[in-house]
Amino acid sequence: MAERVSFERKLPVGAIDTRASGWWAMIFTIFTEASLFAYLLFSYYYLAVQPHLPGTFPQGGAPDLSLALPNTIILLASSAAVAWAQFGIEHGSRWRLVAGLGLGAALGLVFLIIQYFEWAAKPFGLASSPYSSLYFTITGFHMAHVVVGFLILLALTYWSGRGYFNRVRYAHIHIGALYWHFVDAVWLAVFFTFYITPLLGLKT
Amino acid sequence: MSVSKPVCLSGCFAAILWVSPAAGAAPLQYLTGAGDKADPVVALTWGVIVISLLVIVVITALLVGAVWKKPRLVMAVGEKTAIGPAEGGHNWLWIGVGLSSTVLLFTVVWTVVVLAKAITPATKPLVTIEITGKQWWWQVKYDSSDPSRVFITANEIHIPAGQPVQFKLIGGDVIHSFWVPQLSGKTDTIPGQINETWLEAKNPGIYRGQCTEYCGVQHAHMGIVLIADTPADFRKWWDHQLQTPTIADALGASEFVAHCAGCHTVRGTIAAGSLGPDLSHLMTRTTIAASFPNDGPTLARWIANPQSLKPGSLMPAPEITAQQRDQILAYLETLK
Amino acid sequence: MTTVSDYERAPTVAREDPQLAQHLEKMWEGKKGLYGWLSTVDHKKIGIRYIITAFAFLVAGGVEALIFRLQISWSNVHLLTPEQYDQLFTVHGMTMIFLYAGPVLSGFSNYLWPLLLGARDMALPRLNALSYWIYLCAGIFLYSAFFLGFGPNDGWFNYVPYAARAYNAGPNIDMYALGMILLGISTTVGAINFIVTFLRLRCPGMSINRVPILIWGTLTASAANIFAIPAVSLAFFLLWMDRNLGTHFFDVTAGGSALLWQHLFWMFGHPWVYAIVLPAMGMVSDGLPVFCRRPLVGYTVVALATVATMVLGFGVWVHHMFATGLPGVSLSFFSAASIIIVVPSAVGVFAWLATISLGRPVFTTAFLFFASFIVLFTIGGVSGFMTGSVPVDWQLTDTYFVVAHLHYVLIGINVFPVVGATYFWFPKMTGKLMDERLGSWNFWTMFCGFNLGFFPMHISGLLGMPRRIYTYGEGMGWDWLNLITTLGSFLFAAGVLLFIWNVVKSYRYGVSAGANPWDAPSLEWATTSPPPPYNFTVIPNVASRHPLWEDRLEDPERKEKSFIGVGLALDQGKETLATTSLDAEPDLILKMPDDTLVPLLLALCLTVIAVGLALVNWWVVILGGLCTAISIAAWLWPEAKLGETAVPAVTERGNG
Repeated sequence: MAERVSFERKLPVGAIDTRASGWWAMIFTIFTEASLFAYLLFSYYYLAVQPHLPGTFPQGGAPDLSLALPNTIILLASSAAVAWAQFGIEHGSRWRLVAGLGLGAALGLVFLIIQYFEWAAKPFGLASSPYSSLYFTITGFHMAHVVVGFLILLALTYWSGRGYFNRVRYAHIHIGALYWHFVDAVWLAVFFTFYITPLLGLKT
Repeated sequence: MSVSKPVCLSGCFAAILWVSPAAGAAPLQYLTGAGDKADPVVALTWGVIVISLLVIVVITALLVGAVWKKPRLVMAVGEKTAIGPAEGGHNWLWIGVGLSSTVLLFTVVWTVVVLAKAITPATKPLVTIEITGKQWWWQVKYDSSDPSRVFITANEIHIPAGQPVQFKLIGGDVIHSFWVPQLSGKTDTIPGQINETWLEAKNPGIYRGQCTEYCGVQHAHMGIVLIADTPADFRKWWDHQLQTPTIADALGASEFVAHCAGCHTVRGTIAAGSLGPDLSHLMTRTTIAASFPNDGPTLARWIANPQSLKPGSLMPAPEITAQQRDQILAYLETLK
Repeated sequence: MTTVSDYERAPTVAREDPQLAQHLEKMWEGKKGLYGWLSTVDHKKIGIRYIITAFAFLVAGGVEALIFRLQISWSNVHLLTPEQYDQLFTVHGMTMIFLYAGPVLSGFSNYLWPLLLGARDMALPRLNALSYWIYLCAGIFLYSAFFLGFGPNDGWFNYVPYAARAYNAGPNIDMYALGMILLGISTTVGAINFIVTFLRLRCPGMSINRVPILIWGTLTASAANIFAIPAVSLAFFLLWMDRNLGTHFFDVTAGGSALLWQHLFWMFGHPWVYAIVLPAMGMVSDGLPVFCRRPLVGYTVVALATVATMVLGFGVWVHHMFATGLPGVSLSFFSAASIIIVVPSAVGVFAWLATISLGRPVFTTAFLFFASFIVLFTIGGVSGFMTGSVPVDWQLTDTYFVVAHLHYVLIGINVFPVVGATYFWFPKMTGKLMDERLGSWNFWTMFCGFNLGFFPMHISGLLGMPRRIYTYGEGMGWDWLNLITTLGSFLFAAGVLLFIWNVVKSYRYGVSAGANPWDAPSLEWATTSPPPPYNFTVIPNVASRHPLWEDRLEDPERKEKSFIGVGLALDQGKETLATTSLDAEPDLILKMPDDTLVPLLLALCLTVIAVGLALVNWWVVILGGLCTAISIAAWLWPEAKLGETAVPAVTERGNG
């Protein structure tokens, strides 16, 4: 029988907070997705500075803030709810986890619904102009990420309800929350580009 | 600044380094230049060629030197040997990278100097020509402040020798690239923007070019013929191109109008189509369809069956009898 | 209240012994038969699969080239129609650059990384399997278009407007776009895997200044891919939208921009060409010193030069667009950057030359490929230097000079190192040596054939021969040069066949290699040949860059020595060690997944989405999307065995 000794100290086992491989994988997934949005917004800015007929970029003038601004608040609130949920499980509270995730998911769904109405109210369609192509494509890419995030939050809510996680082992929550906050941050960049830059003078 | 020295040098190099049996018979080569825009670039081109060849020779020599003199070490499978010291060799890095960086920096400076010369002509061009790249031919429009002196032709370009000529490059459908190697580097014709370039031919002569941006199935047959005339001959040529051709052959003309006017223009007739080249003075051009010799048999074959010469060409075979074809051919041959 | 201590244990430190090995073998060996083949997550199996698939694409791309080379061997040949020629050169480029050059390096890296780093697998084994399956699906998707007669036909960089529906009506470009987006997912998840593995799975003692240069090469390429691939995936997606949904991103007639395509494409394209050579350069930096019997000269500067090349590589993309009518300031900047980027490459060249000069060369076939690569790298490098100078580039661009350049850099800096790497690591992968005599024939045929084929292209380019022309007239001065090129290409192809023959023959009849046939210094040579499924019976502990040379290498800076046969056993299930990012101190015990079919299923679901988009059939897309969601949910479902849930695994408490 070969001699065996114990290592000088104990090591944690499994997917624990930022030491989980999945957490690092999500960080770099976020880097690549952030790059995708950077290139999308680059396309917007590149086309914005090309010559256009007056009043066509943005098409129909600077887009209306009356739905987009409250919607931004709603998305930020959903991030806050998810952060509250994570804070909850870090302190051992499963109910705060489930409630926060559920609230975050619900607010995300509200965001999607409001954005759908905003899309429906636009006087132009996907194929109307370069601006309209950019508008629906970039907000569409973002919406797709929100949908994915929403499904992730649903899954997390379910798994949390089933008691899978505790104050030590909650890597899935941490990783999913990270993704959700990223989607929120992207929205801020998209919102700034479409809704604020025309007011700052980037328009034809 | 004299350009004769770089031209002489490049001529010497061309003579020495010419390995290919194609010496002198490569119309699109650019190791020699023929004008003020090309010459500084030719010198720089030779400069970087020489640097590159020297680098290849030196590195190869160093490699051969590194392996040559040593007794070959033969190891058995799994045999362990002594391992050389880990230190040493940093001089290689310092000297090698130091020398390389110096040469690279020198090239950057030379590049920027030549670039400035290549972008701006020494004198303001007096002639402006608009080129529109189309699949797979070139529309050529001679611009003038006097509207009565503006006219359109195709594929063959005349310029006055000894002075810079301005070119405006317009994208007609897809991206093409306008290139007359002896006189200038390439500039693309890109839809949605107008690019500007210039070139200059020191002496009268015929200079060939070709499209150099893949643009579809007949990219290979999108040639350019650029003829530099003396200023007097150039003016005569321009005046001649402005003239409306008289209709010497009424029958041929009517056949032409019936079958070709949808795409082609011949001034003086009602043919005013713009999908294909303007044919008003077709017989003053040395090529047809941007690539093929402008002689009777080739022109006849082109009219009868364009796909046989240029498969994929956008010109449909006109539905005509052999007799009609001969009549149209005869008419075209009057368009001098 | 639960705390971390409820999920900790003090792992056993043990000596290598057969009982432990047998115990590990049972846990790691994977499932058998077809099910095992389809569900494996073993990085070694996945790596070999990548390499074999990539070589298959290399042969396909080569055959395409030989066919169209015949068409332009002389003026006015009528072997192919222009449409056939255009598809052949496009598919050739697509195959070599996307389906061979990147994946073959992913394959070698996949196989080698855990062994080089002292780990039992990559950080994310299922993601590893996924990246391979998506690659295979994307390759089949792209080639199905070609075999059905509508392969991509607008060159591998696919410029608009020619790629737009108005000028290219068939499905050719749609298939290219969708296949490339799918392939991009493969490359991206692979890149993520490499980066996480680098940050977390190095064995104790392997600080970042002790990793082999291949690690630096692949890491750098992976980091670049994370940021670069979205540009091209987006470009292709926007093009697909323009072609199928009527959008106007690139539609100039409606205010879009044709140059937007070029910017997005080359912002990816330029970093990509560095990503497909830097890992190969790393393999040379690791393999060449073994055959010089001394460590690489200038490890630190070579590692830094690798990173510097990639970082600078993000700042030069416009040099592919010099003829598009850009302002002078922009031209000057990108020209200067494109010339300066040669400096870090020079670092590598002189480091390799110094290593050979100060070492004692051993003339194995691997050495021949690694040494000759230096000359080919130099030729490719100087022709690139020439095109970096804008006024010169205005003559050189879009001629055969650039074709010469790109083949010297791709064949010289990717293919030659890859073949050398095969000779070097084949014994480790298979337990057999490749035939050295056949190897010598292989090398000289490839070397002579390659140079005979491609050096004349510099000249035909300088004589004005444009790229991508299916024919040319007589009297252009190009006939003899093209004939020589075609003959050289066939000779080169014969060399490649000799290589494949040597691989097959040696696999069956090769001489037994043993653990370390080359007396090499790095950790992979401390395992058996081939390595067991768990790589290391105990986790190694390293104290230098060259653990197996420590007994013979004087190094006053080294304070300890490496321990390979004694270390953490980590035998309570499929486990490996996670360490801290900078200094590689033990940090966490990672639970590794078993074989599973889910990655294959997910790859198929994503392919269904691609097929749906190709058919513009939203029901198929939705079906694919649903399957994708279900597969991902199955994959990510929290598992106690992986240590993801509150329930601790049975053996976690106490010592064990």
